[in-house]
Amino acid sequence: MSIPVAAEKKKRKYYLIPTYFAVICYVLFLGFPFLWMFTTSLKSPLELLQLDQSFIPKGFYWQNYQDIMEKRGLLNSAKNSTIIALATTVITTIFAVPAGYAIARLRKVFSGAATGWILVSQVFPVSLVIIPLFMAVRRVGLLDTIWGLILVYLVAALPFALWMLKGYVASIPMDLEEAGAMDGASSFQILRRIVFPLLLPGIVATALFTFLNSWNEFFFALVLIQSPEHETLPLTLARFMGSEGQVLLGPLAAGAFLATIPSLLIFGIMQRKLASGLLAGAVKG
Amino acid sequence: MYNRGAWKYAVPAFIPLVLLSVVPLSQAIWTSFTDNVAGFNVKVSFIGLDNFQRLLGDKLFWASFKIGIIWAVSVTLLALVLGFGLALLLNQKLRFLGIMRVLSLVPWAMPPVIVAIMWNLLLRPTSGPIDGILEFFHVPGAKTDWLGDFNTAFPTVILIGAWVAMPIITVSILAAIQGIPMDMIEAATIDGANAWQRFRFITVPAVRAITTALVALNIIWNFSSFGLVFVLTAGGPGGKTFVPALFAYNEAFKYGNFGYAASMGVVMALAIVLMLGVYLKASKREDTQR
Repeated sequence: MSIPVAAEKKKRKYYLIPTYFAVICYVLFLGFPFLWMFTTSLKSPLELLQLDQSFIPKGFYWQNYQDIMEKRGLLNSAKNSTIIALATTVITTIFAVPAGYAIARLRKVFSGAATGWILVSQVFPVSLVIIPLFMAVRRVGLLDTIWGLILVYLVAALPFALWMLKGYVASIPMDLEEAGAMDGASSFQILRRIVFPLLLPGIVATALFTFLNSWNEFFFALVLIQSPEHETLPLTLARFMGSEGQVLLGPLAAGAFLATIPSLLIFGIMQRKLASGLLAGAVKG
Repeated sequence: MYNRGAWKYAVPAFIPLVLLSVVPLSQAIWTSFTDNVAGFNVKVSFIGLDNFQRLLGDKLFWASFKIGIIWAVSVTLLALVLGFGLALLLNQKLRFLGIMRVLSLVPWAMPPVIVAIMWNLLLRPTSGPIDGILEFFHVPGAKTDWLGDFNTAFPTVILIGAWVAMPIITVSILAAIQGIPMDMIEAATIDGANAWQRFRFITVPAVRAITTALVALNIIWNFSSFGLVFVLTAGGPGGKTFVPALFAYNEAFKYGNFGYAASMGVVMALAIVLMLGVYLKASKREDTQR
């Protein structure tokens, strides 16, 4: 849209004022909440009590971070969240990569049925699926355990991982596999030597997306976890919010900031890939 | 089909998919036809359409259902408008673009619960920074309890919902805009098309397909979303933000009526399918008309 055509260039100057005004509005709307949370996490309890607070903290009160990590059990919740998200990601990827390949390359009837099911499972509200899952997890005695939650996250993550991977496989030209087959490669060799290397960026994107969703997830954890020592990060923070959050503003802000860091890192690396991968399946059909 | 053995690779994933996804979903639908309640060793019996009949007359549920539809549609449309605007800005050659690109992703990267906590703190009446800023500029409405007031709670929650939904829309639309071939725009400019015409006849058609997909996905996600509203308002004040997912959750895990709650889930799923059907058909018709 920005082509340096001479006549246009002169006219564009007038657009700049409203344009930059819009930019400032967006920056404030998107960035202010997060920055405010960060500066709040560095304020001492004394400073937070004052009515006239400045945006920039008077000093760096790192005590908030120590407080939330050590005294409030957030370290344990972070450990739980990490284990759960990592395990979910690894297991989902192991199952989804070969299956995603199969769905993309199978005959129309099968791949259509599989894709249809994936879509159906996305349409059903989690509040519907949670009831039988809750009963199933209770029956096998995994209620209120990390493994029970991993199992449920696997169920939640698998359809979408298949959906993303199917899109990535479809973008790999079939000719390459054909050439491999002609050279006498077995079906496993085709998958291992030809498809896998080309699929690797897509696998990484899918894995990161799965990790992120498990790390952020709240609803299933709320229903399935009861004891504090098995809580995930979002659960612990939500509990603070309700009970003592208004009082413990500094540590709460610190905890919220820490819980966001892994997601921010992943997004920084992956921004383009995530968006295109998410919607690859939707647009290519 | 050059890889004849491909079907074998689907088996290890389809076993858990069937066991953990097909079975629970079918079970959930089955549960909606039973009088299943929480507790151990409860006798469950098939009661046909009784749950649905009861649901039909449940005014509270339909009030919540209406809130859910308004919520899903408003959040999606608001996020679409804001996200489209941001994508157009990010496509310009402007200063501070780098920081804006990063900022535009922040809401997406934050766990929904953290988003809710953060906005809750920001919007605290009198001591929160938003009321502080409004007061500083003498804006009427400062000192409002945005999330606790009957009139402002729902619009405020919708705005926060749009804040969360924006990034994915922005990034996808930006990708579509940047996929427009340069020479197409240049040719149009040489032919005398002004900025509005270029937007109307080049940009809009180019992002149409992705926008349709985005709207559909966002309606699905938002209609059954739970975490944000749960932490922000827990359905209050006075049920003004009581989205149906929250309603079904309470019915199941507060009151233990699994069967009845499952029937709500089934109705919600049907509603989503219906909404999507109407929407996708309408957008298809629009496509063929041009």
